[in-house]
Amino acid sequence: MVPVSYFLILSAALFGLGVMGFVFKRNIITLFMCIEVMLNAVNLTFVAFSRMLGQLDGQVFVFFVIVVAAAEAAVGLAIVILIARNRKSLNVERVDSMKL
Amino acid sequence: MFILSHLWIIPALPLLGAALNGLFGRHWPRRATNIVSIGSTGLAFLAALEAVREFAQVGPGYWPWMQDYFTWIAAGTFRADFAMQVDQLTVVMLLVVTFVGWLIHIYSTGYMAEDPGYVRFFSYLNLFMFFMLILVLASNYLLMFVGWEGVGLSSYLLIGFYFRKNSATNAGNKAFWVNRIGDFGFLIALFLMFRTFGSLDFASVFGQAAANYSLDLSGHGVLTAIALLLFVGATGKSAQLPLYVWLPDAMEGPTPVSALIHAATMVTAGVYMVARSHVLFSLAPVALTVVAVVGLLTAFFAATIALVQNDIKKVLAYSTVSQLGYMFLGLGVGAFSAGIFHLMTHAFFKGLLFLGAGSVIHAMGGEQDLRKMGGLRKKIPWTYWTMLMATLAIAGTPGFSGFFSKDAILNSIGGPSGMYLWGFGVLTAGLTAFYMFRLFFLTFHGQPRFDEHKVHVHESPRNMLAPLVILAILSVVGGWWAAPELFGGENLFARFLSPVFSFAPGSAAASPNAFWYAIGRGDAPLNHQETLEFMAMATGVALIGFLIAWWFYLRKPDIPKRLEASLSGPYRLLSGKYFVDELYAAVIVRPLVWLSTNFLWHTVDESAIDGTVNGVADVAQDSGGMLRRVYSGNMRSYAAWVVLGAVVLTTFLIWMSY
Repeated sequence: MVPVSYFLILSAALFGLGVMGFVFKRNIITLFMCIEVMLNAVNLTFVAFSRMLGQLDGQVFVFFVIVVAAAEAAVGLAIVILIARNRKSLNVERVDSMKL
Repeated sequence: MFILSHLWIIPALPLLGAALNGLFGRHWPRRATNIVSIGSTGLAFLAALEAVREFAQVGPGYWPWMQDYFTWIAAGTFRADFAMQVDQLTVVMLLVVTFVGWLIHIYSTGYMAEDPGYVRFFSYLNLFMFFMLILVLASNYLLMFVGWEGVGLSSYLLIGFYFRKNSATNAGNKAFWVNRIGDFGFLIALFLMFRTFGSLDFASVFGQAAANYSLDLSGHGVLTAIALLLFVGATGKSAQLPLYVWLPDAMEGPTPVSALIHAATMVTAGVYMVARSHVLFSLAPVALTVVAVVGLLTAFFAATIALVQNDIKKVLAYSTVSQLGYMFLGLGVGAFSAGIFHLMTHAFFKGLLFLGAGSVIHAMGGEQDLRKMGGLRKKIPWTYWTMLMATLAIAGTPGFSGFFSKDAILNSIGGPSGMYLWGFGVLTAGLTAFYMFRLFFLTFHGQPRFDEHKVHVHESPRNMLAPLVILAILSVVGGWWAAPELFGGENLFARFLSPVFSFAPGSAAASPNAFWYAIGRGDAPLNHQETLEFMAMATGVALIGFLIAWWFYLRKPDIPKRLEASLSGPYRLLSGKYFVDELYAAVIVRPLVWLSTNFLWHTVDESAIDGTVNGVADVAQDSGGMLRRVYSGNMRSYAAWVVLGAVVLTTFLIWMSY
């Protein structure tokens, strides 16, 4: 049986990748994907612990996360489309009209 | 037993009237306003009568009748209930307040008929009735204080009734502020009372005072302090020296208000309160002496001012202050029932005098200056005759109510130093006769001193005259309770009140008079022969006052003017009211205003308080300005900060666990 620490290391690596991408990339779609990576890194942790402890709670949480992520993607992508239409660009650094 | 077990109905009726008129009166026809206001007070009077009947029916075993409705405040060991009580003293106050109040409501429907604030007036007046009834029915000091403050509020509202007049609003404010000084004393007395007795219930306080303290001529410190502080409250509400200054100004209110609140009922609340606390005062002879001396000084002082005033209502106002002084004199010499007796007769004749003055002012089309009246006797005969009854009563004419109550007070004064009290009291009686007949002659007799073509003098309508007639009858017969005393019998009023005032510490003395002697200040009480002689002397002095007024203002109307010229110094002093208002303005008001303006306003408020508040705001603004730079608007930099924070936190946690 694969030790739980392997899953955690993989999860941490995925999460780290997500964070890196989120901080350093400029394309909104890429940022979006980074968020999804981070969410799924967390999902992986949940599932790993659920398996280790023999309880279903973690897996139930995962379903919630997936549902919320789907909703978020729907809303988020709609916003992305609007931004793309209005600014003819997907560069996140140009979305700054609220800045003082 | 219905009303006795539901005593709350009596004050609730006028409260309901005030609420209905205040909320809906504007949309109602005037008739509905009249029905609500007069009906509610009339029903309150009937309820009071029924309560008295039931009170007599239950018999002495249930006296005083106590009714506890609910616990109002309970905090730690402190408890104050919404509780009411009825005893003989309450009975007198209840009947006087509801009956005189009811008559004055009826009178007001005529007097205020032309006023645009008609509904507001009746709403306030009913509110006053509510608070006054709470005051007299309360069975603990705290509930009494509610009524006490409430009548002060109503008084303020009604003095400033003509709020477009600057002088009226100022007078209202003055009344309110001066009363605050007195109420401060009252409050401290309540605190001290709670600390000493652990309760504010009348029964508990008086019971403990009587059980734990014995009569001591030098007085017990704490009881003397409580009694004196209570009396400070009384000097504010009942316009005694040195806090009487608000009452003459209160005449800015409508005349029925002057009659009801500033003559017949509210200003007697202090007298009632001292009489109610007679156990405490009896155990503190020093305080009692202060009450007597302050009362007498006020009576004399106010009477001298009244001699030369030219405003008909001002004369009556100072007369009220003077008569209240008389009542306190009675209380102060231990003649509590005599003080209450004078309170009752005074409510009749002074209420009548004010209503009569209102009728005169009404007839003269708003004129209040005595110098511009005269010769009204034939034109307003009803007012003339009823005013005559009241004037005879207040002057102490034998057979009239004022005669009995005044002599009940004067004859209670005993002892060697009592001679001075008695002498001043009798002198004041002479002054009273003089200024009242001066007012009477200047108003009704002599030649008219106004332009008869301009002023259309007319008798008042019937709804104003009916209360005058009823009060005139009471001004005559209201004192006959004491009449048997003249023929060697007993003062029935004193006997009626004796269950309330039976407390006489030390000796087994039954009458308050005897109590005064029992504490070592006098010789033997007056016997019947001496009583008659003293009465004759007092009446003689009053007669002299009347004759001088008659000589001055009917026979030789030029004498007063010559006297004014030859005695211009004293005259100016009196007509300037001893310049007490100016003295207060110079010594208290102006320094206070200066201090408030320069120190409290410009220093404390503007520098310290505004400085602190604005300083806090400035700090927040400046630090916000700096922190704002952190918000670059770049989402990813926020994320980087979050990650950094998470890393720091995780490192910290890991480091901690090792």
